[in-house]
Amino acid sequence: MLIFEHSTPGRRASAQAPATTAAIDLPDRFLRTSDTGLPAVSEMQVVRHYTRLSQQNFSIDTHFYPLGSCTMKYNPRACNSLAMLPGLIDRHPLAPEDHSQGFLQMMFELQEMLKAVTGMAGVSLTPMAGAQGEFAGIAMIRAYHDHRGDDERDEILVPDAAHGTNPATAIMCGYKVKEIPTDAHGDVDLEALKAAVGPQTAGLMLTNPSTLGVFERNIMEIARIVHEAGGLLYYDGANLNAILGKVRPGDMGFDVIHMNLHKTFSTPHGGGGPGSGAVGVAERLMPYRPIPVVEREGDRYHWLTEDDLPQTMGRLSAFAGNAGVLIRAYIYMRMLGRAGMPRIAEFATLNANYLMKRLEAAGFDTAFPGRRASHEFIVTLQRQAKELKVTAMDFAKRLLDHGIHAPTTYFPLLVPECLLIEPTETEPKEVIDGFVEAMTAIQQEAETAPDTVRQAPHTMPNRRFDEVTAARKPDLRWQPDAG
Amino acid sequence: MPFIPHTPEEIEQMLAVIGVDDIEALFDEIPTDIRCHSLDGIPEAASEMEVAREVRRMAARDSGALNFIGAGAYEHHIPAAVWELATRGEFYTAYTPYQAEASQGTLQLIYEYQTMMTGLTAMDVSNASLYDGASALGEAILMAVRVHRRSKSKKILLPQSVHPAYRDTAETIVRHQGIELVSLPVDAASGRVDPASLEAFSGEDITALVIPQPNFFGVLEETDALTAWAERNGTLVIGLVNPFTLGILKPPGEWGGDGADIVCGDGQPLGAPLSSGGPYYGILCCKQAHVRQMPGRLVGRAVDADGKRGFVLTLQAREQHIRRSRATSNICTNQGLVVTASTIHMALLGPTGLRNAAAASLANTRQLVERLAPRGITPRFSGEYFHEVALRFDRPVAPLLAAMAKQGVLGGYDLGQTDPALADTLLVCVTETKNDADIDRYVEALDNALES
Amino acid sequence: MSNIPAELKYTKSHEWVSDNENGTVTVGITDHAQALLGDLVFVELPETGKTLEAEEPCAVVESVKAASDIYAPLAGEIVAVNEKLEDEPELINSDPYGEGWIFKMKLADPDALASLLGADDYAAEADQ
Repeated sequence: MLIFEHSTPGRRASAQAPATTAAIDLPDRFLRTSDTGLPAVSEMQVVRHYTRLSQQNFSIDTHFYPLGSCTMKYNPRACNSLAMLPGLIDRHPLAPEDHSQGFLQMMFELQEMLKAVTGMAGVSLTPMAGAQGEFAGIAMIRAYHDHRGDDERDEILVPDAAHGTNPATAIMCGYKVKEIPTDAHGDVDLEALKAAVGPQTAGLMLTNPSTLGVFERNIMEIARIVHEAGGLLYYDGANLNAILGKVRPGDMGFDVIHMNLHKTFSTPHGGGGPGSGAVGVAERLMPYRPIPVVEREGDRYHWLTEDDLPQTMGRLSAFAGNAGVLIRAYIYMRMLGRAGMPRIAEFATLNANYLMKRLEAAGFDTAFPGRRASHEFIVTLQRQAKELKVTAMDFAKRLLDHGIHAPTTYFPLLVPECLLIEPTETEPKEVIDGFVEAMTAIQQEAETAPDTVRQAPHTMPNRRFDEVTAARKPDLRWQPDAG
Repeated sequence: MPFIPHTPEEIEQMLAVIGVDDIEALFDEIPTDIRCHSLDGIPEAASEMEVAREVRRMAARDSGALNFIGAGAYEHHIPAAVWELATRGEFYTAYTPYQAEASQGTLQLIYEYQTMMTGLTAMDVSNASLYDGASALGEAILMAVRVHRRSKSKKILLPQSVHPAYRDTAETIVRHQGIELVSLPVDAASGRVDPASLEAFSGEDITALVIPQPNFFGVLEETDALTAWAERNGTLVIGLVNPFTLGILKPPGEWGGDGADIVCGDGQPLGAPLSSGGPYYGILCCKQAHVRQMPGRLVGRAVDADGKRGFVLTLQAREQHIRRSRATSNICTNQGLVVTASTIHMALLGPTGLRNAAAASLANTRQLVERLAPRGITPRFSGEYFHEVALRFDRPVAPLLAAMAKQGVLGGYDLGQTDPALADTLLVCVTETKNDADIDRYVEALDNALES
Repeated sequence: MSNIPAELKYTKSHEWVSDNENGTVTVGITDHAQALLGDLVFVELPETGKTLEAEEPCAVVESVKAASDIYAPLAGEIVAVNEKLEDEPELINSDPYGEGWIFKMKLADPDALASLLGADDYAAEADQ
């Protein structure tokens, strides 16, 4: 039932917003006469309703969640409770600098830690999500070329394995997109890259390790090719967890990077946000950083705005980005510390390689069996799809019945019937072994009782949905006369 | 090792299965000359207890002041249940609901949010949220250009009564799309756009007109008159609203004859704490005809294989992960957790609570204005105001605000920061969180500041 | 094996073209294409009267998992669109060569029709 269906006119949560006798002395033409449609329910009804809704979700706190490219690691509770302390939770964004030194210190230290772990010259914390960080990155590349009068450069190169946000971002920044193919070993095709660069190249967007779960071994050569053609190199930090503390994007030659703080630095996924897409830049892009940025002078902290950074690419949000998320990332990084950073990459990689080997031993086909897994790897079920008519989607749905959230399915698009699997470093060995057992059991079922897999899930609140009708005749809000 | 559970025995077993001697071997594909050898810029690891001590100290530095600043971020009472529920692990640590069967909690909640937001704004469709109000304005402008196929000009009328940071953000977002943001002046006396000033654009191909309500100065715009002009001129209307006010103010779906075409704004006042500026969330609503051009996620009702109702992400073909370079936007996420909190907040307020909170805010701000009138401090603008007002002084307000801050009162926002001509004017908001004693403190602090 | 009527012409981007023998052609997408897309949920039709160049994207078909551009096979002007598809996009799946037609266009150069692929050539393309 929906909350509206619990609604009874006259019922309210009366401890909230006490009654007021204040009259509203505004002219009629400004005033509402219609209903708002908000539900009229008691406080306990609200609590019971949303508590029960929460119990219908899979989450990291309740289930193994090996979603490739999403880095579903444990979200430490201290990050949340400390971020909600008075002084942090109730500070107005426009409070004077005297009343902001604590917050500004935290932001400055976060900028410094992110610079150190990525090897970049400067950081801006304002982009509110990975996609906004990408936008900032490409916009900065554009500002750099525009400022130098280099107007011929109208093309961004993107590997065909890239996440969809990459080409979408390039278009939003007014660029054309050219795709570069990946070779059979999972590396960007160097010959194709050489043929594609030229005076029209503004830059290349890359993630390393790539979306295929393997390290881009020719990265130094790729950087050289792009830089020699006058282009800049953009790093999509979605997979930073695989190399954190082991390799730094700045050392690989990247000019600008975005980080996903909600992946690598364990801020909560929250059912789909809020995230944070902080960006890091090499020296030559420092003037273009999105504002505001925090600076320190002596022991005082202050904001840098458009007056201090006249060539800034601009503002991306009303204030300073997702501050509460940034505070959580700060606390996480402080708890991990210098020694903790590389351990994240080490154990994420250990877990992924162990799981990959065990799945291979269990008879599953991986996309790049001859290569090391990064923090994630791809299993392809095209053989099962062809021979047994059981697809990656079917496996994914049956995993739900085993109490495991499915890995990422059908991404990257290059590998048919794929599962992109990322265990993360916070999962213990027995949970990973449990995943192998579940996959083995489902494979058995696919061979002997395939319909059970094809019609999975069987134990969830719902069976598979008719997404076609939902898209043809969209029903996007509840209405009182609807059934 | 924080949060890493492996024992030495387990590590050995796992390495044996992989067939390597140590973890370092797993990085052997990475060229050695790019390996990182030191992370000097990162302090040593600290226990939860040690970090807590430091964070508490930093938080204490910033706490204690009584806040009367609005200017785009508003302090309202958030019922205790809101964040207790929103930070339940099942909401806090869930991911985007791509596997619908494992995410009915989040999906149903978003559907309820979409319903509440369409009800509040009186529009047909709401998406699952964007990042914040400022970026939502940028997205709304991009959407208006996509939607309005007849219009070729890509000209957007943007009043100077729109929050300056929103204007800057929108400009950043639309910069490379060939869109022209035309600044619409505000009448210096009324503090809002004079509808007659639009006659200068009548007959011109204008793609969209942005109408804020209330505007940055707290003043109410003539939404019916402005919308009527746009309808006559074949111009789309983008409403930019504060949803907290929609329990009392006429919703954008009812402006003019036909209502706004696209609505954006920030949902922060409904359940998001001030939290130094974020995370908040962006609202985006539109008329039914434009739904396929709407960026961001959408949740729809669906029926499963047993005929049982449930919810799914729908119309995803518009989104980046499918359309890629032809997507409506590059946006990938919404502000899930904040929307969760806001939906619960709206359910707890209900229609009566929302109205009461807004009425109390209105009354409190008027009370402060009455208290200050005898001191010759009056509203700068003649236009009606909601719960935020621009007060004019006989001197620059910056030193006054500094003096008040030293007394623990944040007296408002210095409008001179965005327009030097307004250096004698501050923007103040007295929400329902303030009582008579708080207003006394404000007046006392101000009196002290005026004397010094 | 998908259905590829012999009397029609085809493009590499999976449109079929039928000569109406009055200077106009009817255009839709092939059986192969509709099978790849899956159940269609929406069709964004072009505007009547719009002039297009050859290979210019002019319409969009959308399924749950994909959205594809439809390209004008040749230069010309849109003279009619299949408005039934607004409520019944599934006609493209069930009858791609008949009721699922998408638009009609007046060709700038009627002779250009000959440059399109024949059924056998398209079959070879589609197999790849």
